[in-house]
Amino acid sequence: MRILTGNDLKSGAVVWWDGSDWSLHVDHAVDVGDRAEEIAAREEAARRVNVPYAIEAQRDDNGVRPAHIKDRVRALGPTVRPDLTLKPSDAQAGNWVI
Amino acid sequence: MYAYDQYDQAMVDARVAEFRDQAQRRLDGKLSEDQFKPLRLMNGLYLQLHAYMLRVAVPYGTLDSRQMHALAEIADKYDRGYGHFTTRQNIQYNWIRLEDAADILADLAKVEMHAIQTSGNCIRNISSDHFAGAAADELIDPRPYAELLRQWSSFHPEFSYLPRKFKIAVIASDTDRAAMKLHDIGIQIVRNDAGAIGAAFYVGGGMGRTPMIAPCIREFVALDQLVTYAEACLRVYNRHGRRDNKYKARIKILVHELGAQEYAAQVEAEFAHLLDQGVEPPLAELERIATFFADPPFEDDAATEIDRSDPDFALWVDRNTHPHKTPGYVSAVISLKPVGGIPGDASADQMHLMAELAKDYSFDECRVMHTQNIVLPHVKIADLHALWSKLDEAGLGSPNLDTVEDIIACPGLDYCSLANARSIPVAQKIQQRFADSGRTAELGELKLKISGCINACGHHHAGHIGILGVDRKGTENYQLLLGGSEAQDTSLAKITGPGFDEDGIVDAVEKATDVYLSNRADGERFLDTYRRIGMAPFKEALYD
Repeated sequence: MRILTGNDLKSGAVVWWDGSDWSLHVDHAVDVGDRAEEIAAREEAARRVNVPYAIEAQRDDNGVRPAHIKDRVRALGPTVRPDLTLKPSDAQAGNWVI
Repeated sequence: MYAYDQYDQAMVDARVAEFRDQAQRRLDGKLSEDQFKPLRLMNGLYLQLHAYMLRVAVPYGTLDSRQMHALAEIADKYDRGYGHFTTRQNIQYNWIRLEDAADILADLAKVEMHAIQTSGNCIRNISSDHFAGAAADELIDPRPYAELLRQWSSFHPEFSYLPRKFKIAVIASDTDRAAMKLHDIGIQIVRNDAGAIGAAFYVGGGMGRTPMIAPCIREFVALDQLVTYAEACLRVYNRHGRRDNKYKARIKILVHELGAQEYAAQVEAEFAHLLDQGVEPPLAELERIATFFADPPFEDDAATEIDRSDPDFALWVDRNTHPHKTPGYVSAVISLKPVGGIPGDASADQMHLMAELAKDYSFDECRVMHTQNIVLPHVKIADLHALWSKLDEAGLGSPNLDTVEDIIACPGLDYCSLANARSIPVAQKIQQRFADSGRTAELGELKLKISGCINACGHHHAGHIGILGVDRKGTENYQLLLGGSEAQDTSLAKITGPGFDEDGIVDAVEKATDVYLSNRADGERFLDTYRRIGMAPFKEALYD
């Protein structure tokens, strides 16, 4: 699947396109197919996101997993600060990145 | 230390107001990201993996307690309670909101700090010896010259759009503690055969994807012509630097391609042209600056004896203090490398504590080291035990300076958008491996440096042991390098061979140290043994 990501303009937070809005959680990301550029242009023009771009990902039983490690780190947060990640209670969260 | 005059303060305040307007225009949609990006970068505001990142300049690494407290307050108020001290003697905040950025710059300006020229193709923060003004082995205090160069390079209209970024270091001792020859310009203040003091210029060094050691292009420049000579160096670079190719745009490529002799000849011609152009600041300005760096009121008869009855304290003294020019004093290093910690990170509470300790024990001054630790430059020996006790209680008393546990590591893929691999987890695993085996002390001085990409912010080329993280088909992979040094015996490390995975690189580092211990002669450091026996025994242990 192709999913759309970027950073929130005001906060800089990593966000994912969920079909109607931007979510902090990669699990909410939807397949944008061939509409990535259209959505990205519209949302950037509306100042709801900064530098959006499409990436490859897979959906499995554990949710949506970006294909590249860099985007998995973006999705989770720094692997060395589990207290600052989006899944702080999940002891296996770091393994999800690798 | 230097205090802003009305011109310094007015310039910084004006920049804050300008940036506040620019940021608001971006938030209002009047500026696109393409238009805003160069403006925010001029103020040290990057967009990194997780959020905006703000890099704050710490000129030649020097801070007073008021400034360190302010850095802590910014970490608490605007970030997530911590900051990261960098290999450029700066500090970075990782979780900045664009909406807050101008307020942060305003808070910094109140304590005479800013983030100007911490990014972009300009002259960056001037770095220096972290023991400057304190070290027993220095010729003179290099900081007045570093400050003079800071003022010259700040908003210099001719050098605001250089071919690439430009880094300058100034030292004044034969022992190089600032990686001087790995800078675009390294300046060493020296005494010549006639007894006069001047500056040797090393130009065209650097790390990154094409590491080079700077050749000396002039052995002696009179100190009252130092800025003029630096301007000549920059002018030749600005004229001929490769703006057509980012990867060939640093001055090291120009010096390499022209040849040091030809580059030096062109600098000499430009220097001769500039000498009567009034580039050099008046002597009175240097003298004004120098007054800010006068010695603090050291006691004449401070005690020089140390009670070593506490073995933990004695170990810390042996490892983490440095000889001072004044009897009865030392410079004390606060390690930001606890085993399992994040190299260079300090919490707001720790920053507040270090500020208080600087005030109580070091004449209100501390320094950021390029090795990501903090120095209290002027500590009375009689106060050392009390200082160490407070540090130890706060988890800041690790006795590991220049050991295998004192690892330089860039933020790597945990934070940096340029990185290919994570650096910090590798540093933590290596620290843990050697702490668990109890071999840290046995290994002695061993400088280990890790970068998460070829840009080399973690100085891997200059590590006795260096590690470079690369992306191998989407997977983290780590190359091992041996034999680098950023000290006065500067050398560039060489890659051992094929890379390793995250656990494999930890094993590889341990194997390299096994080879060292099996082969070392009396008094040899890891680097000395490597230089004597060469790469072959290490490769054999690693790959056969």
